This record gives sequence, C-alpha cells and structure tokens, in this order.
Amino acid sequence: MTAVLEALGLLFQPGIVQTVVLGAALLGGLAGALGAFAVLRQQSLLGDALSHATLPGVCLGFLVAGSRDLGAILLGAFLAGGLAALSIMLITRATRLKTDAALGIVLSVFFAAGVVLLTVAQGQPGAAQAGLSTFLFGQAAAILRTDLWIMSGVAALAAGTLAALWKEVKLVTFDPDYARALGLPVLLIEGVVTLLIALAIVVGLQLAGVILMVALLIAPAAAARQWVRSLGAMVWLSAGLGAAAGITGALISATGRGLSTGPVVVLVASALVLASMLLAPERGLIWRWGRAARARRGIAGRRVLAAFHGLAEAHDDPAYPTEEGMLTTLIGRPGPGVMERLERDGMIRRVDHPPETTRHWELTERGHDRAKRDQGGRP
Amino acid sequence: MQDQPLHEPQFALHVEDLTVTYGAQPALWDIDLDIPPGVMAAVVGPNGSGKSTLLKSVLGLIRPVAGHVRIFGRPIAQGRGRVGYVPQRSAVDWDFPTTVLDVVTMGLYARIGWLRRPGRAHRDQAMAALAELGMQDFADRQISQLSGGQQQRVFIARALVQQADLYLLDEPLAAVDATTERIIMDLLKRLRDQGRTIVVVHHDLTTVRRYFDWMVMLNVRIIGQGPVAQVFTAENLRAAYGGQLALIEGGAVDPADPHP
Ligand SMILES: Nc1ncnc2c1ncn2[C@@H]1O[C@H](COP(=O)(O)OP(=O)(O)O)[C@@H](O)[C@H]1O
Ligand SMILES: [Mg+2]
Repeated sequence: MTAVLEALGLLFQPGIVQTVVLGAALLGGLAGALGAFAVLRQQSLLGDALSHATLPGVCLGFLVAGSRDLGAILLGAFLAGGLAALSIMLITRATRLKTDAALGIVLSVFFAAGVVLLTVAQGQPGAAQAGLSTFLFGQAAAILRTDLWIMSGVAALAAGTLAALWKEVKLVTFDPDYARALGLPVLLIEGVVTLLIALAIVVGLQLAGVILMVALLIAPAAAARQWVRSLGAMVWLSAGLGAAAGITGALISATGRGLSTGPVVVLVASALVLASMLLAPERGLIWRWGRAARARRGIAGRRVLAAFHGLAEAHDDPAYPTEEGMLTTLIGRPGPGVMERLERDGMIRRVDHPPETTRHWELTERGHDRAKRDQGGRP
Repeated sequence: MQDQPLHEPQFALHVEDLTVTYGAQPALWDIDLDIPPGVMAAVVGPNGSGKSTLLKSVLGLIRPVAGHVRIFGRPIAQGRGRVGYVPQRSAVDWDFPTTVLDVVTMGLYARIGWLRRPGRAHRDQAMAALAELGMQDFADRQISQLSGGQQQRVFIARALVQQADLYLLDEPLAAVDATTERIIMDLLKRLRDQGRTIVVVHHDLTTVRRYFDWMVMLNVRIIGQGPVAQVFTAENLRAAYGGQLALIEGGAVDPADPHP
C-alpha cells in the first residue's frame, strides 16, 4: 500500500518516473489506436515484422552516427521498417507467396541482419553507453523528457491523419476492393496507415523493444474489439486501454524490485486481453457459455414437456402423473435445474401419487399449451 | 483528365481483346464482350472460369495484360461514377465492428468527398436503399449478427445508393434464402425497367431463363453472348461445362436447343 502511494507520489513530481509514466501512456495510447487497424486488417504479423525489422536500422543508425544519437537511431529504425514494408509488398506482388509467408521471410531476414549488426556495433567504443542491446527488450528508464515531445508529435500526426481520412481509412480497412471500385487511392491510404504504424513502432522501441513492441499494437486492440460496436469506439477504447496498460505497467515497475517497464506493460495489456475475452458481453466466453447453457436448458425443458404431453395423450388424461423415473427412461436425465425451472415457470407441478412415494409430475394447462405449440414447430 | 473521344458508346459495357493472367495461368483469354444498355445479363460458367476476374477487370481492380474496357464509351477511370459493384459476400470480414447503416453509407463515400463526414441527407439515402431491400429495421444492427441473405441485401443496398447506370453483381444469389432471392430479383428488375444495365454472375442454370434476358457464357474464353434464347443451348453448355454436362443433361436445366 505504501509502495503504491509512493509510486503515485512520484507521478506528480517531475522526474524519471513521471517521464516514464507519461511516455508509457502516450505510447500505449498511440500504439493501441493504430493497432486497431492492424487487428482488423488481420495484419497483426505485419506489426511484428515491422518492429523486428527495425533492429538493423537501429544498429546502422548507431554505427553511422557513432554515438547514442537518438535521432540517428530512430531514423535508421524508421528507414529499415519502411524498407521491410516495401519488401513485403513487392514479394507478395511479384511471387506466388502469400502475405504471411512474405511477412515471415522479411521478419527473419531483417531480424537476423539486425542481430549480426548488433554484434558488430557492440565491438565499437561507446556501444555500452548507447545501450544498444536495450533496444531488444526496451529500457524505459532511458526515455528523456525531450523524447516525450517526439512521441507527442507522432501521436498528434496519427490523430490528425485518422480524423481527416476517417471514412476512407474505415472503408479501406473493411473492404479494399470496393474502395478501389469507388475510385479511392487504396494503395496510398494503406501506405499512410502502415507508415503511421511504423512510426509508432519506432518511437516505442525505447520503451518496449523490437521483440515486445507488437504486443503494444495488438493487445489493446484485441481487448477493445470484445467490447465495441463501431470502429470509432474500438479505436478510442483501444487507445484508452493501451494508455492504461502503459501507466499501470510503468507504476508497477516504479515500485522497485528491478522490474523493467516494457515487459510489465505488455503483461498488463495481456491481462486486459484475457479479461476482455472472458467478460465482455455478447462476445466474451462467459457470456457465450451462459447463452449455450440457457439454450441447452431450453431444449431439455421442451423435451420434458413433450414427453409429459405424449404420456398424457396416450393415457387420455391431461392430469396424468408421470413418475420421474419414467421420464428418465424416456428421454434421459433432464439435467440440473431443468425441472425446477419448468416448475417455477408454471409448466409442471409436483403431485403425490400414493401409494408410490417417488416424485411425480403433472403438466399444467400452460405446460400443455407450450408442448402443443412446440409440436407445431413454433418457438 | 483529358477527354478522349468516346469508343463504342452504344454499349453499357464494351470489352475488347481482354486477357488477364495470374502468374502464367490465364484466367481470361482474349475476351470480346458487348452488353447493350437496359438488359439484365447473366454471366455463367463453371467454378474458376474467370467470372469474378471479369468483373474485377472491368472495375480496374486487376490490371489486364492486354485489352481494354469501356463503360458507356469511357475508360473506367472516367466511368466509375456510373458503375455500382456488389462483391462476393465472402470478400469481407463480417465480424468488422460496424452497423448495417454504416456499411450502406459507404456507397456514398466517393460522392461525399474528402475531409467530409456523411450527414443527414446521406443517412436518408442509405435508409431508403435499405427499405428497398426490406432491411430498414436492421439499420442499427451489427453486421456480424446478420444471416447470409441479409448480408447480401446490405451489400446490394450499398451499391444501390451509388445510383449507378451499370450494376455489376458477383453471385448475389449464392446461398441466400428464397425471400432474399425474390427481393433481390424484384429490385434488379425494377432497376432494369428504369433503363439501368444489370450484369449478374449467376451460378444457378435452372433460373437463367426465368430471370435474365441477356447472357454471357464464359470459360476463360467467351463461349457465347447475346439474348438468352440464342446462347442458352446444349452445345454452348457442353463447351462451357465440359465433363460436368451429365449434370445438365440430367434434366436440371432445359436448354433452348436440346439437339445440337
Ligand atoms: N488472386 C488470385 N491469385 C491467383 N489465382 C487466382 C486469383 N484469383 C483467382 N485466381 C484463379 O483464376 C481463375 C479464375 O478465378 P475466378 O475469376 O475467381 O473464377 P470464378 O469467379 O468464375 O469462379 C481460377 O482458376 C482461380 O483459381
Ligand atoms: Mg467467383
């Protein structure tokens, strides 16, 4: 408790924690919003390929600039990401390979090149200070106050672009062929969205690193998808969840114990996904289980009513008392709660049938009506 | 864009020497096709015969290796505003988070123009199109909660708001219920009677004669084109469907000329 208060206290003092929390919030929100489009275009792997592909750019940026010059490193990362996106497009166009194969190839080739370059770069003087290996998993503590301005700039660019091209981006995401048939420049719009995703990845590298960055794109969007009914709501909620995961993760890691921020943020985002998969109304697993169980009970109830109705007709006695054992023989055990529910709904009632002491049931008027209606095939 | 002289403007759709390949395999080979305005045309052919490819090439979604297409005498880039497209239902992810009304409004996006949002008037147009297809009560429904037939009607409503003169529909009757089939065909007939041209990729040979007045039979090449009575012959069917002909001669369809 005191640790939490302490962490919250740090949040309101200008300092490293505040910088990290703000950075994580900005980045989580930015990646979350753009991730919605990656998820809906079923291009989660594109985000993964792009972020892995930035590694050689990071190393080249360092090698060329010869120091930890963040501008050079991020520019290198961005160019490498762009080259990767271009390669993916050319491979899918020029060969018979499917997109996922092209993504896989580009991801592994670029990442392998990155790892080789990383080894080379680490032999250079100054590599340790530059903390190049932190770009693998991210090192939030390295985020500077000035980096926040870069992140804000990218976030503003993304928000402005999405607001301006909202309906075009929506249509291209939903149905690119139709968009092209309407005459929209689909390739350009897709390129703009991919460019924004690449920018978000690049500015997120310091926090999350090339390996985990994709989780910040995909997890908030996957969680948001469970709750929403429109694209706008999905983008907003995804941004909100991403920012929340960023803040929570940054605060948790600020409470000490040497936890690094990026992985904690990713874990928080994953917990949000899990909770959404389980709990969301309509799409969540629990809701769907409930609906399936209700449907099963409904069907079981109908079969009980039909069986009672049939027996009553066979005995020409609407109040024919059916022994529960008879029912089980006819249609098997109705399942837990089924008889009780029917009783509560006034479809059946318990009756005594001396001298037998076992439980007997008879169909009420309502029960007969329902059974007859079901026979007619109506719901 | 400079105004080229019109080329074959007497046809709603004119296709000349069109060849389309995927890799080395031709999907369409040297297609010459003319569809006069005001007809209801069926495009039939076996699976993989290039029907969808033909529609996509006409719309400029696929770049042909040879040939050209004209819409009322104009290249597609200048004729787009007059063409409405209904893709195959399976072309999109129906789990996309959006509503029926929103999807139908997409048909107006080109007309609404850049940097502007759909307004009240656009909403009314979309509602009117939904009503034409008996879908007005579904306007606020999530598209993920529609049946196949309802999805198809939403797609057609989206094309309807385009107010096109030439409609291209890819298998609009595939796997839809009888009600949907009747609603769609009634609408297409109304459009045709208003003078629009309707081109439908159609898979059900038993209904060709009932629904259509024009026909294109296709199997990579054009097998036949013209009024249904002239094209729907046993000879053409054999040429288009080859080994699958047993099915046809089994009495499922009733070609105009049973004795070639
Ligand atoms: N995107 C594609 N890439 C490669 N081959 C394709 C593609 N689309 C279609 N084809 C092939 O082209 C041929 C024609 O396809 P299509 O036009 O979809 O036929 P239809 O609509 O008549 O069933 C088929 O053999 C199909 O396998
Ligand atoms: Mg097809």
